Amino acid sequence: MNAIQIHDLTKYYGKTRGVEHIDLTVQPGDFYGFIGPNGAGKSTTIRILLGLIRPSGGGAQIFGLDTGKEREKILGRVGYLPSEVSFYPGMRVKELLKLSADLHRRDCGKRSELLCERLQLDTTRKAEELSLGNRKKTAIVCALQHEPELLIFDEPTSGLDPLMQKELFEILRERNKEGATVFLSSHILTEIQHNCTDAAMIKDGAILASGPVAELSRTGTKRIRVRGSVDCGSLAGVKDLHGTPKGVDFLYSGDMNALLQTLSKGDIQDITVTEPDLEEVFLHYFERGDAI
Amino acid sequence: MTIIKQELRQGKASLLIWTAAIGFLLMICIFIFPEIRGDMDAMGELFASMGSFTAAFSMDRLNIGTMIGFYSIECGNILGLGGAFFAAFAGVSILSKEEKDKTAEFLLTHPVSRARVVTEKLAALLMEITAMNLTILALSLLSMRLIGESIPWKEVMLLHGAYFLLQLELAGVCFGISAFLRRSGAGIGLGLAAMLYFLNLIANMTDHTKFLKCITPFGYCEGADILDKGRLHTGYIAVGMLFACLGIAAAYWEYARKDMH
Repeated sequence: MNAIQIHDLTKYYGKTRGVEHIDLTVQPGDFYGFIGPNGAGKSTTIRILLGLIRPSGGGAQIFGLDTGKEREKILGRVGYLPSEVSFYPGMRVKELLKLSADLHRRDCGKRSELLCERLQLDTTRKAEELSLGNRKKTAIVCALQHEPELLIFDEPTSGLDPLMQKELFEILRERNKEGATVFLSSHILTEIQHNCTDAAMIKDGAILASGPVAELSRTGTKRIRVRGSVDCGSLAGVKDLHGTPKGVDFLYSGDMNALLQTLSKGDIQDITVTEPDLEEVFLHYFERGDAI
Repeated sequence: MTIIKQELRQGKASLLIWTAAIGFLLMICIFIFPEIRGDMDAMGELFASMGSFTAAFSMDRLNIGTMIGFYSIECGNILGLGGAFFAAFAGVSILSKEEKDKTAEFLLTHPVSRARVVTEKLAALLMEITAMNLTILALSLLSMRLIGESIPWKEVMLLHGAYFLLQLELAGVCFGISAFLRRSGAGIGLGLAAMLYFLNLIANMTDHTKFLKCITPFGYCEGADILDKGRLHTGYIAVGMLFACLGIAAAYWEYARKDMH
């Protein structure tokens, strides 16, 4: 049984597109990244998974349960961190954590205490007095304290300082090792590359690519750095071409023989061929809108 | 029970302020009655000769020189309008505030069904209205005792019962409206309460507008009718409770299916 199964999911807000015909599978135990620029449809997909909004077409299951019909059962097994956190005014952090635990009908006291200690969260502060980072930490504890089987975190690091980001991913990796599935939405590609085993890329409401992060990085595209002079303008498969003080730099996904022939006509002092990092590849394709 | 407790905690300050304000004004009215009782005969004649204005407030059918006559007009208006405003405000806010304050994402990503959210919020709303009415009733009875008046139990209970039902009706209707809103509905709630109050004043003025009493809950809270007949108008109340039930049913229907933002 898959942790998340999304089939032909479509959501329109009136005439505005949310997501279109999305298919996605997350296996139990995955540390899954969901990458896309702002407005791509990441939050819409997550909100459908949580039953906050209803799809216009298609559907989704979590642990084999329909997200529209069995919300309550699903949410008992899910920990959710929203991208923007809002709490009830006038309540202290400890009261919010207690409220969340009560809504789960669980006694999460010890787990909550441990998490607050690791995230250095002062539980006596009132919600409206909290900084963005502390609001985020409170929401993280709410999402983790009942030890859910599936963690859905939407833009988890926004507002957190680098040390807390490191601590958060440490906690997520621990939970993942203990068997929890992690579904992480982000537009920060290095976050996905460094932490996730699998990922899906979404743009304009459609999935562009999905699979293991290592495979997504191996797209057949190479970063070519040439020291010297060469004319690559007419070469098919050249992208992101720009001059450097001593040569040219570009991404190449065309025929290697054609590249070598072109380079042989130039005056080359040095050449390096490297795998582009995930961010480089994804950002390039996001800009162009091509599928990988 | 968790959501009920949360709602009661969130609404505590508002409930205390409204209860204190209405209770305080009611007590003031009762305390000044002995001093102005002597002037009431002359004032009664004056009030009785103001045409439509007199009819609008039913002062042509009430003896404001008596404790219960005075209470049904002065205190009735305070409790009637104040209670209606509170019930409408609380009812129209209780569901919509989750989206307005962006807490819906917190509440509804916990394992609670939307029907349970509606049920517990409705229960909290009814508890608040009940608590306010019981407190105000106790304050009124205490004030009457303190000024040495004998308490006209039946009439007082009928008047307070009618205003309690009025608040339930308004709360039920506004609760239904609340489910459709994403922003504050305070203006809608308070505006609706005020409009229904004025509809009753218009209904009192001429026979042609009497039908409006079927629409406005203030129709069955008319002190002159209650004191005259010694009972509440069950027909108007039945229509009112039907409106309340329709409002509550609409809340369950809409809240279960709406997209939460």
